[in-house]
Amino acid sequence: MTQTAATNPNQLDGTQGAVSDWASDQRAFKNVPWGKAMMWIFLLSDTFIFSCFLISYMTVRSSTKIPWPNTSKVFGLNVNGVEVPLLLIAIMTFILISSSGTMAMAVKYGYERKRKMTTALLLLTALFGATFVAMQAFEWTKLIHEGVRPWGNPFGAPQFGATFFMITGFHGTHVTIGVIFLLIVARKVWRGDYDTGKRGFFTSRKGNYSIVEAMGLYWHFVDLVWVFIFAFFYLW
Amino acid sequence: MADIGHDAADYAPPAELEEVDLYHAKSWITKYVFSQDAKVIGIQYALTATAIGLVALVLSWLIRLQLGFPDTFNFIDAAGYYQFVTMHGMIMVVYLLTALFLGGFGNYLIPLMVGARDMVFPYVNMLSFWIYFLAVLVLVSSWFLPGGPTGAGWTLYPPQAIMQGTPGREWGIIMMLLSLALFIIGFTMGGLNYVVTILQARTRGMTLMRMPLTVWGIFVATILALLAFPALFVGAIMMLLDRVLGTSFFMPHIVELGEHLKYGGGSPILFQHLFWFFGHPEVYIVALPAFGIVSDLISTHARKNVFGYRMMVWALVAIGGLSFIVWAHHMYVSGMNPYFGFFFATTTLIIAIPTALKVYNWVLTLWKGNIRLTLPMLFSLGFIVTFVNGGITGLFLGNVVVDVPLSDTLFVVAHFHMVMGVAPIMVIFGAIYHWYPLMTGRMLHEGMGKFHFWITFLGAYLIYFPMHYLGFLGMPRRYFEMGETSFVPESAATLNEFITVTALIVGFAQMVFLFNLYWSRRNGIVAEKNPWHANSLEWQTPEMPPGHGNFGKELPVVYRWPYDYSVPGVEADFIPQNVPAGGTATGAE
Repeated sequence: MTQTAATNPNQLDGTQGAVSDWASDQRAFKNVPWGKAMMWIFLLSDTFIFSCFLISYMTVRSSTKIPWPNTSKVFGLNVNGVEVPLLLIAIMTFILISSSGTMAMAVKYGYERKRKMTTALLLLTALFGATFVAMQAFEWTKLIHEGVRPWGNPFGAPQFGATFFMITGFHGTHVTIGVIFLLIVARKVWRGDYDTGKRGFFTSRKGNYSIVEAMGLYWHFVDLVWVFIFAFFYLW
Repeated sequence: MADIGHDAADYAPPAELEEVDLYHAKSWITKYVFSQDAKVIGIQYALTATAIGLVALVLSWLIRLQLGFPDTFNFIDAAGYYQFVTMHGMIMVVYLLTALFLGGFGNYLIPLMVGARDMVFPYVNMLSFWIYFLAVLVLVSSWFLPGGPTGAGWTLYPPQAIMQGTPGREWGIIMMLLSLALFIIGFTMGGLNYVVTILQARTRGMTLMRMPLTVWGIFVATILALLAFPALFVGAIMMLLDRVLGTSFFMPHIVELGEHLKYGGGSPILFQHLFWFFGHPEVYIVALPAFGIVSDLISTHARKNVFGYRMMVWALVAIGGLSFIVWAHHMYVSGMNPYFGFFFATTTLIIAIPTALKVYNWVLTLWKGNIRLTLPMLFSLGFIVTFVNGGITGLFLGNVVVDVPLSDTLFVVAHFHMVMGVAPIMVIFGAIYHWYPLMTGRMLHEGMGKFHFWITFLGAYLIYFPMHYLGFLGMPRRYFEMGETSFVPESAATLNEFITVTALIVGFAQMVFLFNLYWSRRNGIVAEKNPWHANSLEWQTPEMPPGHGNFGKELPVVYRWPYDYSVPGVEADFIPQNVPAGGTATGAE
């Protein structure tokens, strides 16, 4: 919206103008669709959840008197008799970060109305996500076989298993939900729902390509959270 | 004739948003049960909150009966008493006050006051209510499970909350934690809607600084809730895992009934930090909507603009921000580092500044106003008095040296009941008397309302004022009975009897209020349109109660702030927000 001072007597200059723009009528964030604004605010709230989880993890890790397990050993893989620390987790992290790249490209092609390309990239993102979850399931299985439980483990402080399963489980749930929604959005893009304005099954609202972007915000967030979990859990 | 309204304009920018795509209910069920209309959802929230609040009210009678007349009622045993105290506290704070202010008033008023047709995502809004409803059912279910509801105290401190000997250890605590997690999920869905509606879906001309303070209060409170509830969510999940899976997040090495438990190495203080990082903003989640609503009630019923509107807004924001860095003042006796106490005492006392600013502004709004002693005004005055009272004892308790001897006494009970029990409830009553005509088209009965006000207001003082004194005597809170305690004199027992009798009378007055709500629905005086001659948009709808889509064909256009009351040089003593400057108050009759 372009307003000249002549038509809008409320228009102010300088910093006051900035404040009055931000507080101006109808929309605080101009040209930001509702869904995107809502996703940002949801992610802010979710940030607090993950922060609380990670801070709690740091607290219990520093308050327990039993030594913490040696993470580079516990998370290591034995490849042909060679102990490789952090191998699995490096691959998982690489896959998840790659999925953020494909997601960003999907958003770009979505806005360009290239439906086939968008669908393919969304499906590829979902595939990366599913692979991540599958590898996480593998890691959980391995640790459970080695005797790691939420209430104790053979390597050290019992809080290790408790925080590990809780936080990676909570993050894995996020990724799983993301994969499900990626598939739903991919189907809608494929069918052209965002071009024809077909109404949603539950919400009976018309969608548009900004939904792909909101989906992308969520996906990048889940990715970013993983970086923190990776740093605090595997590298510390 | 030119009026000199605050920031009145004859110009409104063109519409930036397309008309929203409203969902139109097709059947009775989608219209009134699984409704996507924020007004219906608001009323659903309010009714559910009132119903569960009634349970908490009855629990408070049982608590008082035991305290006033120990060894008299054989249906109250120690375990039951702890369950009553716990459930009374949790229901009142979370399931009644939070749900009623944000879910109830938020849903009903936000779209109407900012000139929107509905919340931005009505379907998510509907889910929000039904998840809240499920949370209430899960909470209630704990009464019917073996062991009954939890008796851990509303703060649910581990380790005792999940150990043998605490009532409800079997199922009650699990249901409580599950219910809280559900509540938070449901609230988040609603809260995102409130925030995005206020930020992104206002009508033409409705700048942020032209929003009624009610909307500002609910807005800031919702942001607090979205950022504070995560801590409780995490705490609840972790304690649930401690209880169900035997993890040791909060559990240290501990002996239970002579047996060494498998727990070990956890930190009970961690839970307290998580709980109060939620718990203190929670106080303001309840208080800020009350601040906002009461500002509007005072302004409307004193026929005068709010004094210092901008400062009122900034005070809300400042209180909201500060409320995140004071939480450990609830933990002075927890054994945390005393230097923390110094920091948290300082931040706590700083909150008094924006809060006092608000109180002065309310009083200055009343100053030389054309005060009409209507029911909303009476309750607003009651709010100011009780809030100042409870706030001042807050300054006592915010100081470490004063708090340490007073902590866990009835002084604390008196303080928080005065400041976050009685005061916000006063605003809720005032708000219901104010907006009932909008919701139903009829006025509430004046006589019953006055009876309700005077009994509630005077009764609240008679209940909580003596409690401060009992606290000074060292009378501890949460004790089932005092037994032979040498430092508590005989007179304390008499005082407790007096408090109990008063509490029962005040409880009865609430029944009169509920009857009034029911009776006036059919028999109340039919309200004229805009009966309080208010300026804000919810009263300017084409029909009252507002219909589906709120505003008929055209959305209203806003030309001024909502506080143009008694503008000099204008005949009518109010100019609604949708009247342009210079346009001689057509809407003002």
